[in-house]
Amino acid sequence: MFTYYLDLALRSLKRNKALTALMVLALALGIGASMTTLTVLHVLSGDPLPGKSHQLFYPQLDPQDMDGYKPQDEPPEQVSWIDGMALLQARRAHFQALMTGGAVPIQPAQSSIDPFFEDARYTTADFFPMFDVPFLYGQGWNATDDEASAHVAVLTRELNEKLFGGKDSTGQTLRMNDVAFRIVGVLDSWRPTPHFYDLNTGSYSADEGVFVPLATATDLKFARNGSTDCWDKGSSENMKTATCTWLQFWVQLDTPAEATAYREFLLNYSREQKALGHFQRPPNVRLRDVMGWLDYNKVVPSDVHLQVWLAFGFLLVCLVNTVGLMLAKFLRRSGELGVRRALGASRRSLFAQLLVEAGAVGLVGGAGGLLLALLGLWLVRGQPSDYAALAHLDLPMLLATFVAAVMASLLAGLLPAWRACLTPPALQLKSN
Amino acid sequence: MDILPIFSTLRRHKITALLLVLEIALTCAIVCNAVFLISQRLQRTEMASGVAEHELLQVQVANIGKPANGKSRAQEDLALLRQVPGVTAAALVNQVPFTNSSSNTSIKLDPAQKLPTLNATMYMGEGLIASFGARLVAGRDFTADEYLDYDDMRSNPELQNKVGSVVITQALGERLWPGQSALGRNIYMGDTSVRVIGVVQSLIRPSLFMGDDAAQWTMVFPLRLSAASASRYVLRTAPDQRQQVLSEAAKVLRKADPHRIVLKKDTLDDIRGAFFQNDRAMAGILVGVIAALLIVTALGIVGLASFWVAQRRRTIGVRRALGATRRNILNYFQTENFLLATIGIVLGMVLAYGINLFLMTRYELPRLPGMYFPMGAIALWLIGQLAVLGPALRAAAVPPVVATRSV
Repeated sequence: MFTYYLDLALRSLKRNKALTALMVLALALGIGASMTTLTVLHVLSGDPLPGKSHQLFYPQLDPQDMDGYKPQDEPPEQVSWIDGMALLQARRAHFQALMTGGAVPIQPAQSSIDPFFEDARYTTADFFPMFDVPFLYGQGWNATDDEASAHVAVLTRELNEKLFGGKDSTGQTLRMNDVAFRIVGVLDSWRPTPHFYDLNTGSYSADEGVFVPLATATDLKFARNGSTDCWDKGSSENMKTATCTWLQFWVQLDTPAEATAYREFLLNYSREQKALGHFQRPPNVRLRDVMGWLDYNKVVPSDVHLQVWLAFGFLLVCLVNTVGLMLAKFLRRSGELGVRRALGASRRSLFAQLLVEAGAVGLVGGAGGLLLALLGLWLVRGQPSDYAALAHLDLPMLLATFVAAVMASLLAGLLPAWRACLTPPALQLKSN
Repeated sequence: MDILPIFSTLRRHKITALLLVLEIALTCAIVCNAVFLISQRLQRTEMASGVAEHELLQVQVANIGKPANGKSRAQEDLALLRQVPGVTAAALVNQVPFTNSSSNTSIKLDPAQKLPTLNATMYMGEGLIASFGARLVAGRDFTADEYLDYDDMRSNPELQNKVGSVVITQALGERLWPGQSALGRNIYMGDTSVRVIGVVQSLIRPSLFMGDDAAQWTMVFPLRLSAASASRYVLRTAPDQRQQVLSEAAKVLRKADPHRIVLKKDTLDDIRGAFFQNDRAMAGILVGVIAALLIVTALGIVGLASFWVAQRRRTIGVRRALGATRRNILNYFQTENFLLATIGIVLGMVLAYGINLFLMTRYELPRLPGMYFPMGAIALWLIGQLAVLGPALRAAAVPPVVATRSV
């Protein structure tokens, strides 16, 4: 029966090519626009470390003085050197890492490459195991290197490609800012999206090319990238004593019980610091996991949300358009439908036949929408924003496109099909 | 023109007519808001900076290791840059408009105040105001002996109290002391206070992270920077000499000290262009959506009108046989479309207002000005009339003889 209906549908669609094309085009445009914007939203609001992100937490404390104090305020978004070091050395979590972004001049050994600046991350040893960073060669440094301010570095695959032609460079020497560093590891391709562990250097920016122990970088006064928030005396030459927050601190807590215990630890630490006179404000701590932290920072640009709304508005217009055209088309065939009714076809089978026709339009519209979405994403990738390069269609979105297109056109076909089935057979035959 | 017969015909096609009205209403509502969004975005890209944009260049350098003598390095660099043919002014500054990198501080009007009044940005660099081409509207620029060395202040915080003076923008003055002159008044930052000695018409902050309303909350301090504490050299030249000066300046800087890297060299026009590129891209997307919406709606009208014309061929023939002219038939379909469009537009206005309310709460957009409503209405009336013209002409061409034929 289905093939018969399909045959009828195709005949009917062929009879009025311009109208069929119009319905398919409208549907394809609506679906294409919606899928393009939804894919961008899907990519940008994705989980940077699936399977692990709910175990990673970002502790926040409030070490500021009473100047400008409002009880309902959120604590600062970063930690100071003193607090960061205290929390790091407390070792209350499975893993913990203190970090900041930066940039270092790299002086390649070969004269064919001019010295250049590379974005860097100054961090502590747990960074690599905590974030499940994949290594191509060697490994990260260890806690002893951190304590000794060792001159060691980890390169990304891309930088290793540029400097050493992709060969295993562990053990080799790299000069940065006039200082010789020993390469201990090379990462495999790794780009968590969003760049969750430091949102100051751009939420979707490409990652840094080189990793250096935090203590080494601060000792050598390497240049920092990121934001610094100060109170009281504020910044000075020595950032280790400055009353400023400028570091990110992440911990891994494997179970909810550990997270609760860690929150309690943060509160106790704040109370203790207040008793000692280091903190002045009442204890104010937060412990957000990765997705909570991204949500709090509203990382997805509001323009992306706006574009999704816009695309859905457009899809709605396209759907109303298709419903109207289908209704007109089905009603015009009242004669044919009346004959079929008179010959004994039930309303139900007429309804099914018309829905098959609507579904066929949806399928073709979906295919067109998919092509348009691919075109749309290609256009998005040409845009200037730093997330542009990430806009690619994945399998779930691909399937969603098809399901959405067929569902949309079936939905659009419901009202016209129902309306067309209602005409009694006798009336139609008589009027002809 | 008889409207009643049109209504009685439409009553027989209630659902179809309703769908057409709905489509027009939705299109009208989205188009009104989209046009408004476009105008907002384009207006934003026109934001005044207060500097001589077409004449300014920025060369940013980075040292490898710490320069041996940052102060003399900076003075030597500036002297060399001023000798580059075409350069009319050169300064070493801490920040440049539209570069998204800035230092900011909260300020108070009274040291006893509990909460800060606002957060303003801090420009510094010897000769910054003159080199940028910022226009003084009150007071004076800093004198040469007012400048302190920033590096000295970093190592000795006590010197902060010696800064003493500040130049602010007109907008900041108006925000802090509405309706009064800002000259001679004090601004407090932490323990230090500075006195306003000059007011510039405008000087935009490098990053608009505090929102566009705070764009002009700017202060300029009399601090001299060194090659160790600042990296941005700003040059001023004639617009047609910019490229040439830019490449020459980069060469001069590298030659003076090979132990550094030229990170960036751009004209301020390019920096500004990059700063607003997202707004322009969004405006482009909106234009595309408006065009697509109007085309889809127009094609929908063409499709439905063609159906109605085909369906009513016999009726049209009868009317023609009874003496209706071609013009009567043409007018009939045009009036029908006008009526449907009008109902759609009225509905669309209400919807447009609703969408605007939603955008106002979600995306902090201003209220939709009244002028956008008639614009949307005219656009849809025009589209409707254009779209219906073809089918209506086909209807008018139906010969009266059709009435005498049965199917």
